[in-house]
Amino acid sequence: MSNGQNERREMTGAEMVVQALKDNGVEHIFGYPGGAVLPIYDELFQQDDIEHILVRHEQGAGHAAEGYARSTGKAGVMLVTSGPGATNAVTPLQDALMDSIPLVCLTGQVPTSLIGSDGFQECDTVGITRPCTKHNWLVKDVNDLARTIHEAFHVATTGRPGPVVVDIPKDVQFARGTYVSPQTAPRTSYKPKLQGDLEKIKAAVELMAGAKKPILYTGGGVVNSGPEASHLLRELVDLTGFPITSTLMGLGSYPASGKNWLGMLGMHGTYEANMAMHDCDVMVCIGARFDDRITGRLNAFSPNSKKIHIDVDPSSINKNVRVDVGILGDCGRVLEDMVRLWRATAKTDKKTLYPWWEQIARWRARDSLAYKPNPDVIMPQYAIERLYELTKDKDTYITTEVGQHQMWAAQHFHFDKPNRWMTSGGLGTMGYGLPAALGVQIAHRDALVIDIAGDASVQMTIQEMSAAVQYDAPIKIFILNNQYMGMVRQWQQLLHGNRLSHSYTEAMPDFVKLAEAYGGHGIRCEKPDELDDAIKEMITVKKPVIFDCRVATLANCFPMIPSGKAHNEMLLPDEATDEAVANAIDAKGRELV
Amino acid sequence: MNAQLQPTGSAYFIAKETEKPEIHTLSVLVDNEPGVLARVIGLFSGRGYNIESLTVSETEHEQRLSRITIVTSGTPHVLEQIKHQLERIVPVHRVVDLTVRAHELGQERPLERELALIKVAGTGTERVEALRLADAFRAHVVDANTEHFIFQITGKGSKIDQFIAIMRPLGLVEICRTGVAAMNRGQQGM
Repeated sequence: MSNGQNERREMTGAEMVVQALKDNGVEHIFGYPGGAVLPIYDELFQQDDIEHILVRHEQGAGHAAEGYARSTGKAGVMLVTSGPGATNAVTPLQDALMDSIPLVCLTGQVPTSLIGSDGFQECDTVGITRPCTKHNWLVKDVNDLARTIHEAFHVATTGRPGPVVVDIPKDVQFARGTYVSPQTAPRTSYKPKLQGDLEKIKAAVELMAGAKKPILYTGGGVVNSGPEASHLLRELVDLTGFPITSTLMGLGSYPASGKNWLGMLGMHGTYEANMAMHDCDVMVCIGARFDDRITGRLNAFSPNSKKIHIDVDPSSINKNVRVDVGILGDCGRVLEDMVRLWRATAKTDKKTLYPWWEQIARWRARDSLAYKPNPDVIMPQYAIERLYELTKDKDTYITTEVGQHQMWAAQHFHFDKPNRWMTSGGLGTMGYGLPAALGVQIAHRDALVIDIAGDASVQMTIQEMSAAVQYDAPIKIFILNNQYMGMVRQWQQLLHGNRLSHSYTEAMPDFVKLAEAYGGHGIRCEKPDELDDAIKEMITVKKPVIFDCRVATLANCFPMIPSGKAHNEMLLPDEATDEAVANAIDAKGRELV
Repeated sequence: MNAQLQPTGSAYFIAKETEKPEIHTLSVLVDNEPGVLARVIGLFSGRGYNIESLTVSETEHEQRLSRITIVTSGTPHVLEQIKHQLERIVPVHRVVDLTVRAHELGQERPLERELALIKVAGTGTERVEALRLADAFRAHVVDANTEHFIFQITGKGSKIDQFIAIMRPLGLVEICRTGVAAMNRGQQGM
């Protein structure tokens, strides 16, 4: 933070941008220069406090900043030029909006006198990004610039975190004005409510204490709330003895090695997690949002339970599912009150939960993540299992792309800590994982950062290999290569009579040569008995690696809640014959995704 | 609407709404800054909500606050969502569902008024009739020559609808309506 003398001083807009970044604790930014941001790049050139990571495409900058944010809990920052720079940022902005990632995006803009004239590389950045940001600003007066950037950081990182855009015309970057420090009063209309209503928390604790078949259902909100929230969550589980499941976004807030862990829930969640959700009598949803991939058929969703929902966003409560107790507040703060009240009032006779745990044990015995091992071909599940076993004792961070590999990673890689798992959940952005891994590695230089990828997804942002090589970021791109867009194909098998329309990639690049072309290291593995050594080699190599793991081409991702079905109508792997797959979805509503 | 009751071949469900849609009037207090109206109406179009009427103007100049009055329709569940979604917008200070508030006060609806300018052209008996009816509706003549009147009428929307219907055969040329301005009855502010 600047000293008293520095509180107000004259400088150019470009200087203000750099100063404001420093004053907000920024150490790394991801970006790509262009005409409308050159004054800011000139300032970046003349200082050493902030390291700029040059990506190869603005989308990469956004996802890298998201990975950085997700793994550190700090805001990720991206800097791009006007026009195409800004439009290329739209995908990561929407991605960050749906997954509640604090992302500050600074965009250049044509000079104020040219705005509206269809100038070169002009676009209506605030107009285009309005629906995909938490808030955005066009700064027309240099004297508003510092305050606006401070406000942008405040909005991005508080309440339900999200992406923000500050659009800065080039003449504002050149103009001189007065810099103000971040202590300026925040606007009065923005006051996220963090402390939960104590009466409601009491009501929740009462419901929980009387439960015979309870379940905790947690999400990304716990991770976003910070490490303390995860700590309190573990305490709550220990105190209550409740079983716990989590969404894709919330993995790691409760350890997968914990004895109360049921695995992930939802479309590709475990049998025990989904059955417990369906049959429970009290559901405690903490920082999750009843997404359609979680609930299955809404009118059959957990029909006999009382529902408690803790969320910092009032619009999430009662949006998709009606709840009995809605607690508006930050997960961490509410959990703190909840743990305290439970200690003070609730009886912890865990014996009443024995029948429930026995039932859960029967569901667990179905072993819903099982798959048929194959001595000749690498099963994708096996590849993830081996990857987990060989990296679990290291300081490991995992990112993913989107598709079958992502679900297999969520099922078979186990997370014991929050902020270790970076994936595109809400938007489902193919191409997220590679740049996200770059962002994570920049934040955690000595960690082992692995992008579990699919062969189709990874090609969407493969160019960021070049950035990884440039910045000595030894990320590992572990591709489960089946030559298909596996999840697309799986849906075509389920819904479209196995007509595999354009889901097969006939001309696949040689990933080993591709890695070498970028200056990285390439590994190919095709046999299960060679896999361990290949993974060990990948870990040992101190530069970016593309690992082409050739897996069974036609494996599908199970268990699965088929479309239009409820939690208790899961398709389990041992039941998923070709015929069952073909008939899993009735003819009724094939017009939808 | 592709309403479906049966499970669809999808994780997305189009459930048939069983609740009846209602018409509610919302008051939204916002910072008067560039783009704020676009944020509000963008929310409505983006999330598929309806706007029946929209009125916006700065109401407190020193604090740079504007008041947006929106008449919208939806089921109670959707109306609750609209309110929460509006509250999420950073420059939004307060959102009050005036209709819900009126119900709490034991009234059917909040006080709602609209102003309209109605241009009617004609001569002879039609012209005389138009003026006579305007008088009955307490509409004022704000501009006139020998072949036209512009009437200014204020009141509930239904009254203005009725006035327009009556003027239609009498040479109605042009209509401009302000949209609804509304507040709750009684001594308390929003």
